[in-house]
Amino acid sequence: MKKSFLLFAGKRKNWSIPYIIFLGFFVVIPLLLIVFYAFSSRTGGFTLANFQKFWNQPEAMHTFIFSIGVAIITTVICLVLGYPAAYILSRMEAKTAKIMVLLFILPMWVNFLIRTLATVALFDFLRIPLGQGSLYFGMVYNFLPFMVYPIYNSLQKTDKSLIEAAQDLGATPRQVFLKTILPLSVPGIASGIMMVFMPVISTFAIAELLTINNIKLFGTTLQENIYNGMWNYGAALSLIMLILIGLTSLLNAEGNAKAAEEGGLL
Amino acid sequence: MKKILANSYIGSLLIMLYAPILIIIIFSFTEAKVLGNWTGFSLKLYTNLFQSGVHHSLSSALWNTLIIGLISAFVSMLLGTVAAIGIYNLKPRARKIVQFANNIPILNPDIITAISLFLLFVSLGISQGYTTVILAHISFCTPYVVLSVYPRLRMMNENLYEAALDLGATPFYALRKVLLPELRPGMISGFILAFTLSIDDFVVTLFTIGNEGLETLSTYIYADARKGGLTPELRPLSAIIFITVLALLLVINHRAAKREQENQKH
Repeated sequence: MKKSFLLFAGKRKNWSIPYIIFLGFFVVIPLLLIVFYAFSSRTGGFTLANFQKFWNQPEAMHTFIFSIGVAIITTVICLVLGYPAAYILSRMEAKTAKIMVLLFILPMWVNFLIRTLATVALFDFLRIPLGQGSLYFGMVYNFLPFMVYPIYNSLQKTDKSLIEAAQDLGATPRQVFLKTILPLSVPGIASGIMMVFMPVISTFAIAELLTINNIKLFGTTLQENIYNGMWNYGAALSLIMLILIGLTSLLNAEGNAKAAEEGGLL
Repeated sequence: MKKILANSYIGSLLIMLYAPILIIIIFSFTEAKVLGNWTGFSLKLYTNLFQSGVHHSLSSALWNTLIIGLISAFVSMLLGTVAAIGIYNLKPRARKIVQFANNIPILNPDIITAISLFLLFVSLGISQGYTTVILAHISFCTPYVVLSVYPRLRMMNENLYEAALDLGATPFYALRKVLLPELRPGMISGFILAFTLSIDDFVVTLFTIGNEGLETLSTYIYADARKGGLTPELRPLSAIIFITVLALLLVINHRAAKREQENQKH
């Protein structure tokens, strides 16, 4: 017994087996379960009723489209605010830049509920009523670092000699930026967009807290259905979201793989 | 001139990011129930926090969070390290597949992971509580450990391990004396990353915690916020968490800087 174990463990590729089993059980099977539940009725038979319900129910559909809108607007604001910041950071001295980037990422490590409640507190403190404005502020506040960091990373890695070459060849500063720096930072922009768009669209609880339950996003619709025992319908809605996310990441396969390789944010 | 403009832009973004957190920290030093009222300096909220019995549910939520975080991070570290060694020794094709599966939990939005795991546990009829939360946390933390250990393996000189074996070390001894010291930095940052991910998690926890009254910090805050008022003691707690995270991040950063220096020396 002991000997056969040693033989097994001696081959180091076998060391991946426990994790492969674990991944299968806790990642692959659960995702397949979403598909299975989405296509079955309460009693277990195959059905498309869950998707028809989504199609026919204006409320869920409306929330879905509204959430996409919120996610797009938030992503655009983050990009507009974040790109210049990332650019400035990439131009700083290495040591200062490191500290500055750390300052930008740091708030992300505080529980997002606490952060969101802090934003609510800020609005209360300044006597600004909660509504659409506070929703967008809260979203941008929560997700801006996710935009700054990847863009900064790609800007910082650009080969400085390319920029110098452009300058030597007589490009104006504007041309240098538009023709050299911007195209070279596209991978960073792409992964920044992913990292903001995807979490915003699936966010849950932030919108409710920021608007005192006046605005609901799709994540909340998912949660409510699961909580009310409508597992099949909830699974169908999750599948719809998964497809949307799958499409977004297909559009962005490269930036995505890079973001994953860099271990997300560290 | 340009520089002043750039610096003030970065400055104002940072003020926006930190204003809410600062408000929470400032108002943790006063007793007022409602955030924004200053009723004089006091440490009462801090002493309340550490006196057992005053806020029993809050302190038990805090303990649960820490225990779940430590167990999940520790198990993730072991599982992820063994997995990384295994994956490194797989044939390229198999390796690609496992790495792809490893990226799924990282790229999946929280709520999809949460719902998929919820469906797994209910369809197996497992009652939800401590165990399910920890299993769920391990499943989304381990991929990050794999990603932080894997690069260490790639950087390592493969002959070292073989040399140890040739010199008469048993495989176990070689593992302990050669492989582990090389992997340790990756394991430690994987552990810290897993721990912060676990204590910060809200959505997955909410879906796998069941309704037996078990609370972690984030589900506690969520329930509290939905009731309307925030327990004042959350202010000092958030302040403490923020400072702790700050300290942890500085440690990680310091380690990274040191490692870089070492690499440059070699």
